[in-house]
Formats: sequence, C-alpha cells, structure tokens
Amino acid sequence: MSSSEPISTDADVASPAFIDNDNVEGDHAASTIRAAMINRPRQDLYAFWRDFTNLPSFAENVKAVEILDGGRSQWTIAGPAGAEIDLVSEITEDIPGERIAWRSSEGSDVDHEGWIAFKDNAFGRGTEVRIFISYDPPAGAIGKVVAKVMQREPRIQARRELRRFKQLMETGEVSTSKAPDAAPRASRHF
Amino acid sequence: MRALTWHGKHNVQVDTVPDPQIVNPRDAIIKITATAICGSDLHLYDSMIPGMSNGDILGHEFMGVVEEVGPANTTLKVGDRVVVPFVIACGKCFFCDHRMPAACDNSNPADKADATEIAYGYSVAGLFGYSHLTGGYAGGQAEYARVPYSDYGPIKIPDGIEDERVLFLSDIFPTGWMAAENAQIQPGDTVAIWGCGPVGLFAIKSALLQGAGRVIAIDHHPRRLELARQNGAEVLNYHEVKVREALMEMTAGIGPDSCIDAVGMEAHGFSPDNIVDAIKQETKILGTDRPHVLRETIMAVRKGGTVSVPGVYGGVADKWPIGAFMEKGLTLKTGQTHVQNYLPQLLELILDGKIDTTDLISHRLPLEQAAEGYKNFKENQNEWTKVVLKP
Repeated sequence: MSSSEPISTDADVASPAFIDNDNVEGDHAASTIRAAMINRPRQDLYAFWRDFTNLPSFAENVKAVEILDGGRSQWTIAGPAGAEIDLVSEITEDIPGERIAWRSSEGSDVDHEGWIAFKDNAFGRGTEVRIFISYDPPAGAIGKVVAKVMQREPRIQARRELRRFKQLMETGEVSTSKAPDAAPRASRHF
Repeated sequence: MRALTWHGKHNVQVDTVPDPQIVNPRDAIIKITATAICGSDLHLYDSMIPGMSNGDILGHEFMGVVEEVGPANTTLKVGDRVVVPFVIACGKCFFCDHRMPAACDNSNPADKADATEIAYGYSVAGLFGYSHLTGGYAGGQAEYARVPYSDYGPIKIPDGIEDERVLFLSDIFPTGWMAAENAQIQPGDTVAIWGCGPVGLFAIKSALLQGAGRVIAIDHHPRRLELARQNGAEVLNYHEVKVREALMEMTAGIGPDSCIDAVGMEAHGFSPDNIVDAIKQETKILGTDRPHVLRETIMAVRKGGTVSVPGVYGGVADKWPIGAFMEKGLTLKTGQTHVQNYLPQLLELILDGKIDTTDLISHRLPLEQAAEGYKNFKENQNEWTKVVLKP
C-alpha cells in the first residue's frame, strides 16, 4: 500500500487509486486499480477468471495460456511485428469466490503482478469487481516491446480488459466494430 | 455491397465495401429493404460530431429481412422482417435491466469507450453509423448490416404492412414519443415544440396522443409548419414573431407547461447569442454546440414547467440560463432514446391506425442517389422533409 492513505474520503478499496493512479501499490513502475459492477454472481466470475486458459477470450494481448503444475501458468503475449513475450505466472493468493492474486516468476520477460477481487454489492446491483495491474517493463529492446504492448498505460489496459471481461460475462460476447467483418467501411483512398 | 460512406464535411458517396459478417454469437445480418436519412445525420454531414473516420458507413434508421443469424440467437429466424433500433443495447447489463437501453454499458467496444468516458464521465452506448464515439459501428444506409445483440433489439413486423409505415420505429417515432413522455404532459397541457423536422412532427403527434390539450409548433420553413398544422398543432414562424412573447400572449401570460427542443446543436437564426455560438462552433475551440433553442425553451416555459430535449448535443456550451432554470423551478429531461422500451406499444399504435407515420416523407430515392438526398435534405429543408432510401 502506498504511504499516502486517504484520510477524508469514504471511497472503498482503501483506494489510493483516487490519489495517485500511477503508483498505487507494489514495487513496480506502473500500476493501477480499476473497478466495474458486473451483473453476474461472484462465484461465476471467480470461476471463469480462475481458469487462466480463459484469459485470451477477453484479454486482447494474451494469445495463449498453458497451465503448468503448482499453480503456475505460461502466458504468451502477442507483441507488434510478430514478437512474443513469455511470462510464467504463479498464483500467490486464491480465496474461492473472492480473490485471486498472481505474480510473474523469475525469468519472465516482464515483471508483472496483479490481483482481482469479487464482492457482492450490498444493494443487489451485482458483483463489484476490482482489478489491480502492476508491472515493470524490463530494460533493453524487449522492454520497449512490452511497453508498447501494454500501451504504456496500465490504466488503459486495466479499463479495457475489465470492460471486455464484463461484456463477456454479461452478454456472452465481446463487443466489436472491427473492420471489415464486424463493421465494413470504404477504403480510405478518397 | 453498396453503402453510403462519409469522407469529410459535405462529402458522402455510395461506394462498394465488403459485406458484413456474423462475428459474435448473438449477431444477425439484415438485408436492408428501407432506410432513411435522419436530421441527426446532417450533424455528421456538417462535420459537427467528432470521432468520424474517412470511409464510415452512415445510417441508423433501417429495416429489412433477416439474412443470417448467429448460433446464440434463438429469437430471430432467417426470413423474419424486422425494424432495427438505432441504439445498440445488450439487454443484460444494469442499465438494460432498468429500462435504460440507451445507456447500455456493453455495446460500445472497449477501445472505443475511452473517448466518451473522458468526454462525458462514463462511456455511452453504441449507435449504428454515428461516429467512433458511439462505437464505430457501420450504419444501415447500405444493402446489408450486421446487428449485434439481435435477439434483444429488433422487432418483428407482420407481413402485409408496408415498410414505410413501420420504418420510423427505428428512431424518430420512439424519439418523438419519448420527447413527449419526457415533457411530463398532464391532460389539457400546452406543449411548445421547437423544430418541425421529423422528430418535431412525431413529438407533435405523440404529445396529442398523450393528452396534450394544445401543441404550439415553432419553425421557419412554411412546408414544415404546414405539416405541423395538419397534425393538429398551432404554429409560430420565428421569422415573423418573437417566440417567447408570442407564447406568452397565446397562453395569456402563464406560458407553456412543457417545451420540447427538437432542434439540437445546430440551431438556425440570427439572435446575438446564436451568432457568437456559430463563431465558436466554427473555431471548434471555444465551444461545440449552438444551444440557442435550449436557452429559449428555458426562458419560455412556465414556472415549474418541464423542458424535454430530444435534439442532439455533443459537447459543451456556455451562457446556460441557470438563473431562469433554478428560480422558475424547472425540470429538464433528455437523452438518447430508449427505443427498445417503446417498440411493441408503438407498433400497436401503427397497426391500429392511431397514427400516420408516412405524411412527413417527401422523397423516395434509390440508395445509389443517397448523396443527392443528403445535399437536398441539408440545403432545401422546406421541401425535403424526410428522405427514404431503397437499397
């Protein structure tokens, strides 16, 4: 937790997200917290996320996930120009129906840490989902690639991936207007 | 397929583009049999809405026949005739659950949703053919359209009803209806409506069906005022009278109980505030909207009255008459239309012959002549009151 604790706000999440969005927690250079209300029971949401092989269905840059032993999984992240970033993720906390935390193990191309938490909304509006994403791009050429993949902004990544997760969980699909199939358009040569 | 595409200010043309495909399980592909140019399409034509991209297909009023359905769609069958709401809504989120489909949380794709989250505080729903702020979806002024969440939005139309009688369920009929609902009309109320374009005309029809005692319609095009009169409204030509003074006189000093702004961001007229706003709008720096009508409705409505705004606004404006708004104790209601909520009820009104939905159509053109339709709908608003396109 950051040292700048909120003292005069009742925002939940002990959320320094409202104070310093770029350095909310952990040891990494870039991190963020994002919240979304999802209209599904938290057990369903937990179960879908807990199976990391589901990540590619809503996380745009995650190409493939292979489950290894001991709570570890191998993530292949698509980079520009065909580059691939490999990451071995270890589950560091797993509270069924409530919270999953993970961290990249040594030797991964990127030092990454995250958690997702699920809580029933007190007023029946669904499940409050909060996600934390934090990482340090490594040094050198691969670092530049990673930063580009992560769109330099963990905030952008967190809000887009949480939106897609919500879409998939609520509607059964990820909304898209990608040309040409989902939304045809004229070529731009006019 | 052929489609009407946008290439910049006052530059639209019919091009050959790829056919849309089923990409999500709840999608359907509709073969379009009728579509229309909306007054709000002129905001795109005039390049007043940001987030347009060269080559975008326009059009959000359309209907047709189901050509293909995705595997998760258990509602529609190939061959069904449907009218498609211009608002794209998932039917599953908090907002759709609470009868606010135009506030759908899921229909604006994750990458596109950033823009309105920044501009408006929260991202807004997807719309067909209405810029990348509202999803970047291809529109329906085309031979085919991909309709997301097609098991929730489209309404089936029985055989034997001509396209033109039901086409406007896609937007302007429910939009006029919701504008009247938002005006909170009590039996015998006087309702003043600015703008006798298609939405204004449907607001007149709807206000009378909802129990208004008297509707006063305001415009400056003689043909449009004539249509308003034919629909049961008294009319004011704002080139001939000062609107607020005339309304005060006609209501013996009380004022209209409700006012409806069916004009929106590109108000005409030469009042001082509107000229300053036009300069600001042209620079795109100091302001984006010309809210002359909105100001006038707030000034003209009676104390404790209601202002309803179906007219489209997109950005920011100043000189908001906050004093009149507060001191008179007004209610302001607005928003993109919750089309899905109204369709069964409004289709029934059409089938029962309780409303004429075709009297405003002035021109019918093949899709290939859509660019000509835009030009005339923009430049000759007196004669060109509504354009229907046939692909």
